[in-house]
Amino acid sequence: MEQNSIVTISGLIKRFPIGKGHFTALNGIDLTFSKGQFAGVVGPSGSGKTTLLNIIGSLDNPTEGKANVLGQEIGNLSTKKAALLRRKHLGFIFQTYNLLPVYTVFENVEFPLLLLNMSGSERKKAVMDSLDWVGIADKVKSRPAQLSGGECQRVAIARAMVKKPELVLADEPTANLDSENSHHILQTMENLNKDLQTTFIFATHDDKVIKYLKRKILLEDGKVTADDIITN
Amino acid sequence: MLSLKLAWRNLVGAGLRTWLNVIVLAFVLFMMIWHYGLLDGWNQQANKDMQAWEVGNGQYWHQNYDPYDFFTLEESHAKIPEALNKATTDGIITPVLITQGSVYPDGRIQSMLLKGINPDQKVVAIPGTDLNTESEEIPVVIGRRMAKNCKLQEGDITTIRWRDVNGTFDAAEVKVVKVFNCNVPSVDAGQMYIHIKKVQEMMQAPDEATMFIIGEDFEMNETVSGWEYKDFDFLMTEMNEMMKMKKVGGSFMYVILMLLAMLAIFDTQVLSIFRRQKEIGTYIAMGMTRRQVVSLFTVEGAMHAILAVIFIAIFGTPLLIWLMSVGMSMPAGSDDMGIAIAETIYPVYGAGLIIGTSLLVFIITLIVSYLPARKISKMKPTDAIKGKIQ
Repeated sequence: MEQNSIVTISGLIKRFPIGKGHFTALNGIDLTFSKGQFAGVVGPSGSGKTTLLNIIGSLDNPTEGKANVLGQEIGNLSTKKAALLRRKHLGFIFQTYNLLPVYTVFENVEFPLLLLNMSGSERKKAVMDSLDWVGIADKVKSRPAQLSGGECQRVAIARAMVKKPELVLADEPTANLDSENSHHILQTMENLNKDLQTTFIFATHDDKVIKYLKRKILLEDGKVTADDIITN
Repeated sequence: MLSLKLAWRNLVGAGLRTWLNVIVLAFVLFMMIWHYGLLDGWNQQANKDMQAWEVGNGQYWHQNYDPYDFFTLEESHAKIPEALNKATTDGIITPVLITQGSVYPDGRIQSMLLKGINPDQKVVAIPGTDLNTESEEIPVVIGRRMAKNCKLQEGDITTIRWRDVNGTFDAAEVKVVKVFNCNVPSVDAGQMYIHIKKVQEMMQAPDEATMFIIGEDFEMNETVSGWEYKDFDFLMTEMNEMMKMKKVGGSFMYVILMLLAMLAIFDTQVLSIFRRQKEIGTYIAMGMTRRQVVSLFTVEGAMHAILAVIFIAIFGTPLLIWLMSVGMSMPAGSDDMGIAIAETIYPVYGAGLIIGTSLLVFIITLIVSYLPARKISKMKPTDAIKGKIQ
């Protein structure tokens, strides 16, 4: 593993059984992500972006090859250890926000901290700080159904960032947002990346996101076909 | 603690669905407690009434006496034994002489039992003092049911017929001097009470008795030849069996009610697991273990039972206390069933009944909640996050 790298993937293959055969979603992926990167895996639908993110996020296991995340080999993790890795070090942002519908904004953002057994006062401060970052502190008592799509995604970002994770995995975070909201969200994430040195890995095929990326990895038919560092 | 906290949030968030389940469960719980309490109250009252009016603290039966075979009555009487003489004189036990007879109210014929009792006895509650009334006719005391069946009232005169020990029929006019009210049908229905001396005279069986009812202070030191001792528990066997049957019969109702309530919980749980897949996936993505998620859903289901208990504690307890104080009026005619039923039954709601029933409902709800929740542990988190039906 390279120094300063937080994700190292080598020879990663992921196959899904289909009928009597199987479908190869990822075919020999070798990648390394360093701390503080603002990287994106881009490619058309079905290219394997989400599968790659799921494996990095320890939600799925490789069929072959290795995926080392924050020093832990994903393929060897028990479900409990994988849960602990996600709980302590990873944040997730989903295309459909995945907010808990019966919770308020505050409770949604507070949720990861409850799992970390933080005290009530610490939780409150962290939640309010996080909501301040994304500019939605005035909506603490609202429920997701009362928010717009952009606001929901900002709550999802606050929830992902509230525990200050080393790595945030964002799967198509702007797919359900209009242009203005998308830029706002991406600027927020870019700022968080700069301020907190949090590593962001996106899975996207949205040009609006691609414009913000500092590293663009092109995935086609389960293979990395390009890996570019973008300098402005 | 985390599961409890999250489960509470989820239940409150689910709103009406939660409260509907809680109300159904609370209704079942209330019905179970109410009905068992009613049966317990009835049982206690019936025991008390039967002891006070009929069985005392036990009885001595003539060896041939069989209360279910009236033909044995002709041969089931004998002189008061020496061993029971003193207790009889002291009024600690009281003799009863029983024979078959017929009464002719308004020209109709009706079979009955003629029971000779000591008018001054204090062992059972049958009011006999009126049997000392001076009258041309033989003074008799009857119960409310007997009076109703024969359309007799206090002061009425009617004819009775009986056979003496030699089998000879005889008849006489009797005057109803007292109609008493009693909750025990076997003391009342089809029975007429006469002074024991008079019955002994009518039957030509001086100083004889069919049975003795034992009072509180009696100490049984020896067996009495020709007489069988029947203890209180034996005499209450039928009553207790009947109560057991009532409870078993009631249990079927509870099982059906419980099934309905559990179906509601099970349905909610199964529906939750399908509808809330995305939520389950999100929990797992945020770092909850599968066991924690299963536990959360199980606690959520079981919390319905806890809320139902709280609901009962708040709304049901005052109602149960009120029922305990005012009792429950039994409909007219319910005492014709042949078992002791008071006009008003006062239910008894003990801590054991309430805690036991609540625990039973809680445990069943816990199991019913856990069964569908187990499915979560087999879910693929990657599919769950997307809300794909698995």
